[in-house]
Order: sequence, then C-alpha cells, then structure tokens
Amino acid sequence: MLELTAIRKSFGKIEVLHGVDLEVRAGEVHALLGENGAGKSTLMKILCGIIQPSAGTIRIEGQERHFADYDEAIAAGVGIVFQEFSLIPHLNAVENMFLARELRGRFGVLDRRAMRQRATEIMRQLAVDVDMDVPVNRLSVAEQQFVEIAKALSLNARILVLDEPTATLTPSEVEHLFKVMRELRKQGVAIVFISHHLEEIFEICDRITVLRDGEFVASCAVSDVDNDRLVEMMVGRRIENNFPPKPAADPAAPAIIEVEKVQLKKGGPVSGFTLRKGEILGFAGLVGSGRTETVLAMLGAWPAARCLVKMDGVEKRFSDPAEGLMHGIGLLPESRKEQGLITSFSILQNISLNNYGKYRQGHWFIDLKKELAATKAAMDQVRVKAQGPHARVDTLSGGNQQKVVIARWLNHDMRVLIFDEPTRGIDVGAKSEIYALMREFTAAGGSIIMVSSELPEVIGMSDRVCVFRSGGIVATVQGASINSEEIMTHATTGRVENVA
Amino acid sequence: MSHDANTGAAGKSGLNLGRILHSPLALPLIGLIVVSILMGFASDNFFSLGNIMNVLRQVSIVAILAVGMTFVILTGGIDLSVGAVMALVGTLSTGMMVNMGLPAPLALVAGIFIGLGIGLANGALVAWGKMPAIIVTLATMGMARGLGLIYSGGYPISGIPSWLSWFGVGRIGFLPVPVIIMFVIYAVAWVLLQRTAFGRHVYALGGNETAARLSGVKTQRVKLAVYGISGLTAALAAVILTGRLMSGQPNAGGGFELDAIAAVVLGGTAIAGGRGLILGTLIGAVLLGILNNGLNLMGINPYLQDVIKGAIILLAIYIGREWR
Repeated sequence: MLELTAIRKSFGKIEVLHGVDLEVRAGEVHALLGENGAGKSTLMKILCGIIQPSAGTIRIEGQERHFADYDEAIAAGVGIVFQEFSLIPHLNAVENMFLARELRGRFGVLDRRAMRQRATEIMRQLAVDVDMDVPVNRLSVAEQQFVEIAKALSLNARILVLDEPTATLTPSEVEHLFKVMRELRKQGVAIVFISHHLEEIFEICDRITVLRDGEFVASCAVSDVDNDRLVEMMVGRRIENNFPPKPAADPAAPAIIEVEKVQLKKGGPVSGFTLRKGEILGFAGLVGSGRTETVLAMLGAWPAARCLVKMDGVEKRFSDPAEGLMHGIGLLPESRKEQGLITSFSILQNISLNNYGKYRQGHWFIDLKKELAATKAAMDQVRVKAQGPHARVDTLSGGNQQKVVIARWLNHDMRVLIFDEPTRGIDVGAKSEIYALMREFTAAGGSIIMVSSELPEVIGMSDRVCVFRSGGIVATVQGASINSEEIMTHATTGRVENVA
Repeated sequence: MSHDANTGAAGKSGLNLGRILHSPLALPLIGLIVVSILMGFASDNFFSLGNIMNVLRQVSIVAILAVGMTFVILTGGIDLSVGAVMALVGTLSTGMMVNMGLPAPLALVAGIFIGLGIGLANGALVAWGKMPAIIVTLATMGMARGLGLIYSGGYPISGIPSWLSWFGVGRIGFLPVPVIIMFVIYAVAWVLLQRTAFGRHVYALGGNETAARLSGVKTQRVKLAVYGISGLTAALAAVILTGRLMSGQPNAGGGFELDAIAAVVLGGTAIAGGRGLILGTLIGAVLLGILNNGLNLMGINPYLQDVIKGAIILLAIYIGREWR
C-alpha cells in the first residue's frame, strides 16, 4: 500500500533522517516507534507533503508520488490526525468535517442535509455516536478524535496516520478508539499508529517499525518482539527498572498541606486530602475527573466553589499562583507548551522567569552573571541536553523541555511541587531521569503531588494515591493497595458524595 | 554582551555577519540605511547635521509615545489612547497655568500624573476588568479627546510662560532638548526591559501569558504597569508638544497613536507580543521621520506621502515576516 524508501531530510546542515524505510500494508495497523526526536513526526510530515524530503521515494500502491503540499497528499488518499487537533472549536462536527469543501446545493447555498447525511454515514462506518449539533469543544477529547478520523475518511483516506492519539484519552476511550481502528483495518485502511504506550502496541498493532535518532532500526511483526526487546530497540540500551525504589513509609511525617474541603462546582462533591512531608501523593483517575482542577483550585488558578487550604496547620487562601510561589508551592502544568514554557524564551529566561529575587543587583536590577551561573547549575542538576543556556526552549525535545520546567522550580527552595502529567509525551530515557529527580526532591524533604493518567507511573511512583471520580476524591490508597485493579475500580465505580 | 530578551543568543564572539543578520534589529537597520541613502541622493541637504537634528527633533514626540507603546505591545496589548491622552494632558496643564494660575512646573507635574493616571486606569480595566485592550483604549481615547475639548471649549489655550518653549525648541550644544529627553527615556526603557525582572515579565506575558501566570508571575500587575508607562510617556510627550506649540491644543496628536504603533512594528516588535527590542522602536520612529522629512524635501504632495508611507510599512512587515 505505502512504501517510503531511503527517506532523508536535512534542515540546513543538519540531517535529521538518515535514510529511513517504512512499508505499510493495506488492512494493517503499523506502529511507528521511537523516542522523542527519533524522527517519527518528521517522517509523517514528509508523508503528508507538509515538508519535502531531501532524498528518497514515496510509493503508494506501487506508484511513485511527490507531494508538494498537504492537499496533494490528501488527494492521494493520505489522512493524518495530528497530536494537536486541527478542529475549529466553535463549529460542530459536521461543519468541521466539511470545512473548506462544503457541499453546495442550488444557488451555492450550503447543502446542510447532504453534509449531515454523509457525516452520519461515516460515523456509522466508524461505529461511533457523536453529537453532531454541539460545537466540537464541548465534545470529549476522544470524540474530537473521532471527528478528526471521520474527517480524514470523508476525504477517502486509505492511509491514516494517528499521531499519539491515545496520549490524552482515558482507558475506556482508548478501548473505543481501538475498536474503531479494528473496524477500519477490516475495511482495508492502512493505519500508521504512533504511541509511547508500549502495551497498546501489543494490543492493537500488527507490525512495527522502529526509528532511533533518525536512523531506521528495524521493521518486524509485533509477535516477534516483547516489551523489553522493543524498549531496547528504541533506546539502544536496556532499561531495567523505570522507577526508583520507594522509601519506607513514614507515618509520623508531618502534614504540609491539608485541604479539608474542596468543592469544584456548586452542588458537586466535597472532598479533601493531606500531603505529608517527603511523600509523593498520586492523583489518579480518568481524564476529566477533577484532578487538575483540584490542584489548580488549591493554588487559586481555578475558580472552585470552595477550597479550604491549611499549610502547616495555618489556614491559607491563595488567589493567584504567585501567592503559592511565595509559600513554596510550585506547579508544573499539564501542557508544557501552553502552560509551562514561554517558548520564545531561552532556557535561561525560562528558568529564571519567576525567580528574579534570587539575583538582584542594587535591588532593582538583574545580576546577569549570577543568573547565568545559577541557570547552568540548575541545568546540570536536571541534566538538560542543549547547546547552552541561551538556546531557545522550542528547539528542545519534550523531555528536555520538561526538565527546564523542573529546573525552574528546583532553582527555588520549594517545599511542594505539583507535577501534572510529568512525563506526557516524553521518551523512555528522559522519563526515568525525571522520576529520579522527583525522588531526589522528596528525599531532601520536599513533597510532591503527582497528577497522572498513566497507571504504571502512578503505581510506580506514589507513596499514597488519591483516586478521583466525577469531580471528587473517592478513595485514598496506600502500600500494597496501590495496584491497578484497586485504583481502576475506584476510578470507574467509586461513589462520590454530592453536597448541595 | 547581549542578553536581549527576545533573541536568546549568547554574545561571545564579536562581529559575526550571521549573528548580526539574525538579530531582530537587522531589518530595521537595513531599512534605515537604505532609506537614508536614497534620501541622501534625492536631497543634498539630507546628511547635514542641521537636517539630521531636525529629523530627530521632529520624530521625538512620536518616538516617545512609541516607548510606552512598545511595552504595551510586547505584552500582547495595544494602546490607542496615547495621542488623545497627550492632547488632554497638554490642554489641562496649560489650562492650569493660564486659567488657574498654577506655577508652570507644578502644572507640568500635575499633567504628568494625569497621564499616568489615565494609563493606570487603562491597565486596571484590561487586567482586572478582563476587557480587550483595543476596546478599552479606543473608549478612553474618545473620552480623553472629548474631555480636552470640553475643558478648552475647542480652542487652543495660550499665554503660558515663554521659557516652556525650551522643552520644544531649546538646545544644549547642538542637541535639541526634545531629542535629549527622547534619548533619556529610551535609555530608561532599555534598562527596564533588559535589566529588570519587570522587563522579563513583560516579554513573558507576550510570549505565553498562561505559562507566566501559572509559574507565579503577577500578570495583572505587569499589565497595569505597562499601560501606566504608556500613559506616562504620553504625558512626557505632551510636555514637548506644549513647548513646541506654546499652547494647549485639544486637537493635537490626532493619529499619533497609529504612527507610534507603526514605529514599534517597523522596529521589529511582533504585534502579538513577546518579541522585540526598544532600540528597534527608536529605529522605526526615526525611519518614519526620515520618510516624512525626505518626502517633504522632495516636495511630494502630502496626500501622496501617506500612501507611500503606508506602502512602505506594508512592505517592511512583509519582508520581516519572511525574515524570522
């Protein structure tokens, strides 16, 4: 169906793809694997005509093709669902699917009925039920993804690229997506599937292609490899254990933060939790269960109906993250690019962003020498790989970007760090480095709240886990109870108490 | 060594053509040089010290307005009220001298505080009122203009002490006073933007406001401050304007806000904020001034001049878009 041969790509003098092959057959789900920066996205952009290869050929059904732009690739039957969706938030599913190629009836008026009918057909083909009357921003992330897939199919895509579709989905949504993928596979669509979740590869994929640092590593059937072998192919070295050992629980550890009552919405559930010194408190639950909102409410960055916070036993009310910072609470937000980093800033400027108190000169001015020295020290501490402190953060890989955000907070003397999805979209190697940094922080007496959708991460890292469901905490588990069955049971069936 | 907030380039090596070309100042500078050379050919008089000082004196008012505008635009905002605020401040402070008999220095200082106050009001409405800057400042622009006209009855207020002309047309050595004031304001602005935490926060706001807020930057206070600075520079420009016109003119400064915005954008500052340099704004303002001056020296119809200037701004932005 699809054959990419000896694809090379250079940006300026730097070659990022060194002759990569990819062959995808009709009716198969083909996993494209590799760490961040391995060249997956670049390869997919070439396939879609968004960028041009420096060398190599693209064949579709044996015919050599050259795509000058995305439209030509679409015309040839290639569809892609990007990590960042390209839907217009205020339009509904039908309007999005037919954007810029609206069906027109007589007098050039939009033929709403025909479009709606076609959209319904495609949705039925996918066996999904999406509300087509509401703006897509009111749909769940998974539903939006289905709209994206439907859009590609409405363009008669026979090759479908899904770039990390599961990163933001809940387990049940992932299951639904897989059902849709299996349906498409049955219909003979060739699917390229990109994911960092290896267990998903084994569940849904038929064959795999692994890239590493822009090189083609291997291509084989999924049944020929196991988990360890896959990781080894991706990172080129064996990673025995992802998670640093948990220290013994200290029941006498004092409480740092006590949130006695938090109610996200009026009439919603009221719950509370305690964060102790030196622990990692995991916040588990499905996407949309209120984990992120709870930590933001605690910092005054989300308008909760009520939120009573005690720090060291003293009642506090934060109206702004700046006040949290003054009390030694730092937030590493869910989305690095949108909430964590000033992407047009250098590493140095990002790290010192909220920390100018530290290098003052004559009260008013920044001591540039001290700033540079502190930045270098912070970069060394978290092992940021970059040309230097003046490199722009948008030139870094996801893992290094996250390390910059971590460095920003370690550069302070923080007592509490809130990690929201600390390793989303980060490669295996950087993940374990970040885990080690988190443990270093708690070993030194800091406390961490970790919001995570990755169950293995929650289980491997947390000393205690608060499980969320529908806007409240339904259970807090510790010790041996931190296992996937227990957590998933609470997350999917736990009861929340509603208070008027 | 340059640590300019928007380039992020380390400054170790000295002259390096590639680095110079990638500086955000490169394009405005090239524009300035090209236009100067063209004007030099068109008019023998252009490169005389007298004419250069004349150009700088003429641009000083817009250039000072553009300083505040640079702060505002760097945060991703805009301030349409600066021209009207300048006229209002000029009218009120001359009024205080002539009608209320206030000593001139006191009236000037009072005027500066009025300008600062209006700017802070703009900032408060944007930051805490959570209204779009373009609407807030459009409204305050109308209000400021209207208040000036009400106060003066629409007529210029004259009869102010003659020494005030020093601010408009005075000289120290060969340097006109307004030019010196302009350079001082630019120097202060440069220090604020490049050497203080506040300056970094201004860039951070324009770069990514959410990230800045979540990492503990007091974003609302930064907004308040940049509009306050814009009001302040408008009031400082009013002092020069008063000295030049020797009267309070409620109708003065019409369209100056657009010239100020043009200077900022010609100077390489991104209209969406986050990137740009105060030095670029100075170059942009001078570039505009040279165009005005040169087109005048060439005796081109003033209506046509506006068309030419507009076309040049479009061209400059278009090239700049490709550049980055």
